[in-house]
Amino acid sequence: MQWETVIGLEIHTQLATQSKIFSGSSTAFGNPPNTQASLIDLGMPGVLPVLNREAVRMAVRFGKAIGAHVAERSVFARKNYFYPDLPKGYQISQYELPVVGRGQVEIVLDDGVTKTVGVTRAHLEEDAGKSLHEDFHGMTGIDLNRAGTPLLEIVSEPDMRSAKEAVAYAKKIHQVVTYIGICDGNMQEGSFRMDANVSVRPKGQAEFGTRAELKNINSFRFLEKAINFEVERQIELIEDGGTVVQETRLYDSDKDETRSMRTKEEANDYRYFPDPDLLPLEIDAAFIADVVAAMPELPDARRARFQEQYGLSTYDADVLTASRALADYYEAAAAEGGDAKLVANWVMGELAAALNRDGVDIGDSPVAAAALGQLVGRIRDNTISGKIAKDVFAAMWAGEGDADAVIEAKGLKQITDTGAIEALVDAVLAANAEQVENYRNADPDKRPKMLGFFVGQIMKKSQGKANPQQVNELLRKRLDT
Amino acid sequence: MSLSPEEVAKIAHLARLAVTDDDKVALGRDLSNILDLVAQMDAVDTAGVAPMAHPLEMAQRLRDDRVTEGDRRDRYQAHSPAVERGLFLVPKVIE
Repeated sequence: MQWETVIGLEIHTQLATQSKIFSGSSTAFGNPPNTQASLIDLGMPGVLPVLNREAVRMAVRFGKAIGAHVAERSVFARKNYFYPDLPKGYQISQYELPVVGRGQVEIVLDDGVTKTVGVTRAHLEEDAGKSLHEDFHGMTGIDLNRAGTPLLEIVSEPDMRSAKEAVAYAKKIHQVVTYIGICDGNMQEGSFRMDANVSVRPKGQAEFGTRAELKNINSFRFLEKAINFEVERQIELIEDGGTVVQETRLYDSDKDETRSMRTKEEANDYRYFPDPDLLPLEIDAAFIADVVAAMPELPDARRARFQEQYGLSTYDADVLTASRALADYYEAAAAEGGDAKLVANWVMGELAAALNRDGVDIGDSPVAAAALGQLVGRIRDNTISGKIAKDVFAAMWAGEGDADAVIEAKGLKQITDTGAIEALVDAVLAANAEQVENYRNADPDKRPKMLGFFVGQIMKKSQGKANPQQVNELLRKRLDT
Repeated sequence: MSLSPEEVAKIAHLARLAVTDDDKVALGRDLSNILDLVAQMDAVDTAGVAPMAHPLEMAQRLRDDRVTEGDRRDRYQAHSPAVERGLFLVPKVIE
């Protein structure tokens, strides 16, 4: 039997506001437990939630970025369930009337084919606190710093047909929310969390199979592995005569498997109803126009502009616009360095390798964009060769100063003085009389290759500092005449 | 419309309320009366009437995104039965 996989994703993105969605507590990550939990976050009686304007603006920004309809009127609802990290006994969310309606994004698959994935909706809600199960002599510790952090839950259509497509979609949403600055995208800190609804059906069948929900996946790699495991599990189960039950499963990355969470009897009986503490959210045309006017350039548009403006290949433009931070870095470096293509090579080559090697984020690069641009400028004005520039870059990376300071301190300035290069050429030719003789007697076809020997010797003698073009020219003049 | 004691028990469980068997009968009657009222309202033709999310004819006011709350953990935890290293302690919950 041929099976088809069907996947839909629910992605929770923490919005990058300063304060919480309904209270004036800080949303900063990593502070001592419960130091950012106010009376509202603690669910004390008699308090009222007041909606954060910036959270609404961010939701609208996302809606407009994916071509979705933004609801003129949306309603907050209570989702009722009991868990100690949810002090009120309900989560304030949106149910029947979400703020963002149907939109779509385009993903590019491995074979270069573009596929459109529908976004069903996106709604505003509050995050819960954190439960710590270890080490409290049989008790559970509760930290409510995260409780009330604004979330935008982005729900996709069941449009993905493989784990790879699901990953491509998740990466696309990650790219969009970080580009438009509504989420820091930090997956380790839980700013971007994914749930995957996975089912299988015989190829050609119209109805969907029964789905399992894989909860709280916080890396793209785990998303792919969790889905692949779950698909295999479901197919085997059905082929062995079993049936898939609708349930929530957790992915265990240590064992690379999904496990059923203990099914609570009334798991999905959330008894939603409109929250009487909050009035309907009305968003007028002026509010939307204001958000649209402040919309940063979106990744697809920026990629197209990079090709157009800087003459970059599709591949280069794709790599350089992968994240907004990288694209910003590139543009700043290109403005300083002058030669956009050469700067692109440096960013994707030496810089990317160093970032990768040391596990550093582009935003924390010890070589700033302007500094890299300056270095490229020194290659362009012949102060140094491209080869020496790599040594200069390494020194800059190690914190030894900017390009000019390193070139000066290490005496790496390129030798462009004709007289000095002639002296080097003559010295090398004199020391290699035999090779000179061979060269002159050689077939003209073979000469270019033999010339390399002399160039190498001269470059070595100059410690790499002689200008290679001049060396070649002068060498030919001496040998070929 | 009449709610059975089992249905009352389920609703009570969802709300984490401990209800005695005697109360279940009385509560079943009260809840059934409420549902009857809802059924009565259901019979009204509301085509063309927008659903009401709130009795006040107003829109939600928004606040500026500013941190206005400081750390008052000690005061807020003063009445908690168990606290350790800044965390509220609760009976163990395992998923």
